[in-house]
Amino acid sequence: MVRVDGKGGGPGLVRVRNLDKKYQRGSEELHVLQGLNLDVDKGEFVAFMGPSGSGKTTLLNLLGGLDVPTAGSISVAGDEITSMSSSRLTAWRARHVGFVFQMYNLIPVLTGFQNVELPLLLTKLSKSERRAHVETVLGLVGLSDRSGHYPRQLSGGQEQRVAIARAIVTDPTFLLCDEPTGDLDRRSADEIMELIDRLVHEHGKTVLMVTHDPRAAQRAHSVLHLDKGTLVESAESAV
Amino acid sequence: MRFLALVLANLGRKKIRTTLTIGSFAVALFLFGLLAAIRGAFNQGVEVAGADRLVVINRVSIIQPLPVAYRDRLLRVPGVKAVTYASWFGGIYQDERNFFPQFAVDPETWRVMYPEYVVPDSQWAAFMKDRQGCIAGEATAKRFGWKIGDRIPIKGSYLQGMWEFNLRGIYRGARPDDDNTQFWFRREYLEENGPAWFKGSVGWYVVRIADPDDAAKVVAAVDKGFANSPWETKTETEKGFAASFAKQVGNIEFLVLTIGGVVFFTLLLVTGNTMAIAVRERVGELAVLKTVGFSDALVLRLVLGESLAVALVGGAIGILAAKGGSPGLSGLLPGMAVYLPGRDLAVGLALALLVGLLAGALPAVSAMRLKVVEALRRV
Repeated sequence: MVRVDGKGGGPGLVRVRNLDKKYQRGSEELHVLQGLNLDVDKGEFVAFMGPSGSGKTTLLNLLGGLDVPTAGSISVAGDEITSMSSSRLTAWRARHVGFVFQMYNLIPVLTGFQNVELPLLLTKLSKSERRAHVETVLGLVGLSDRSGHYPRQLSGGQEQRVAIARAIVTDPTFLLCDEPTGDLDRRSADEIMELIDRLVHEHGKTVLMVTHDPRAAQRAHSVLHLDKGTLVESAESAV
Repeated sequence: MRFLALVLANLGRKKIRTTLTIGSFAVALFLFGLLAAIRGAFNQGVEVAGADRLVVINRVSIIQPLPVAYRDRLLRVPGVKAVTYASWFGGIYQDERNFFPQFAVDPETWRVMYPEYVVPDSQWAAFMKDRQGCIAGEATAKRFGWKIGDRIPIKGSYLQGMWEFNLRGIYRGARPDDDNTQFWFRREYLEENGPAWFKGSVGWYVVRIADPDDAAKVVAAVDKGFANSPWETKTETEKGFAASFAKQVGNIEFLVLTIGGVVFFTLLLVTGNTMAIAVRERVGELAVLKTVGFSDALVLRLVLGESLAVALVGGAIGILAAKGGSPGLSGLLPGMAVYLPGRDLAVGLALALLVGLLAGALPAVSAMRLKVVEALRRV
């Protein structure tokens, strides 16, 4: 279940209270998020929509521990991340968050396999265990036969699937997707959305996704609009 | 080790740039290696000087002789254990360019004074039996293709005439830095065939003292003992003597340090700039690494690792090439054994790593401080 009124009292996976984020741009102060509340349960698929500059990516960065809020609190699976030190936050991110970006952000000098293996290098897994994990997730995204290819040798859709494999290889608590289909043609975008769908419905993943694409948003359980720095629930997906 | 593939992959992304940077290290270390070898050649005597040996020369200059009678007086100085003496010959073998140091030595005491110069007993016995006998260092014998039994003609310089010697032995220094270029012959031969003014005199004395800690005391006692005589003495430790002898050529140490310093500083700037460009080009990728959980410290280590890898590979190529190439300089520095000792090889590699570390430090710190959100915006 997803709530934006700050009244969710259950043991939700994500709990955001009175979140404020201000930016200083020159002499101007931008108040991007203003007292934002959000509760998301495990296994939910939430889409955030809104015009450019409305703060969608800022919200995602805050939820993923990449940025710190000006005020308010965020807790994920009981961990209050807004009070964590930078180094603790980095370790927490490695364990709990999988990121998927619009531009895939793969390391061009590493093969698909090596890109997916990156987050596992931070774990204590042996080489053979890492290999097994990487092969499993590459199989899941349908790229077992492309593991030795470099990003430049893959199509946009394939690159994004490698990026998704990288995001899920550590079995994180939730996935944060920032415009995952924004750079793809319709067919590839559909394939990526089907893959994310499967992760939610077959593997129980919690996904929070920023998108401009209404077709992509339709697949989410909940679509939230960012308006004047707060979230407004606009639709309940039937999918 | 698990991050090695990442470090190597990053180095491989701009192969020409990486190759050129490695080349810069290789050239700098090659130059350092050659300079160190030359410095070592000039300081050879200093490095291997015996701590318990003193050199006694005429106070006026080393080319002024001392009476041979001083030997017994030196032996009576408290703290002196043994005494030997030698004279400079300075002859020419075939051509003036074929320089090597030639000493007329006292055969009875020379070998005892310099146990580090190893001569087989049978060869030394043959030398003792032949008044025209001589012993050459391994390097000199090899240089001129001499074999035991060869007749060696040497033209005198300040002592006129052609002097002929029979090669009775070849010595070899026990330590890598020992001078293997000397040529010794018996003092009696010089005494008998030299001019009248030379008879009864020697070039310098070498004194072994019982306790190296008493060196200053013995030096003072020797010089005081011969004060106000027609042949006053100047006594120094062997190390001090070798150092002042090397300085006569020029301040090689200063030259080497200056050139080496400029080269390394330039290398630091070049590599630092290259590493800074390399980091700036992949700000987005570094941000991705941090996003997936690479800590600031790990990112710092990865960038430093790249810099150090370049320094190590380039440095090793350069210093090993210098080790291989330095003996070739012996032809340009007659009478000197030019080679790169293991210690200087290690110093060279350490310097390369230090430059790599310093060059990578600023870019690594900037990578470490990179703000993920700002960097991702630039992708």
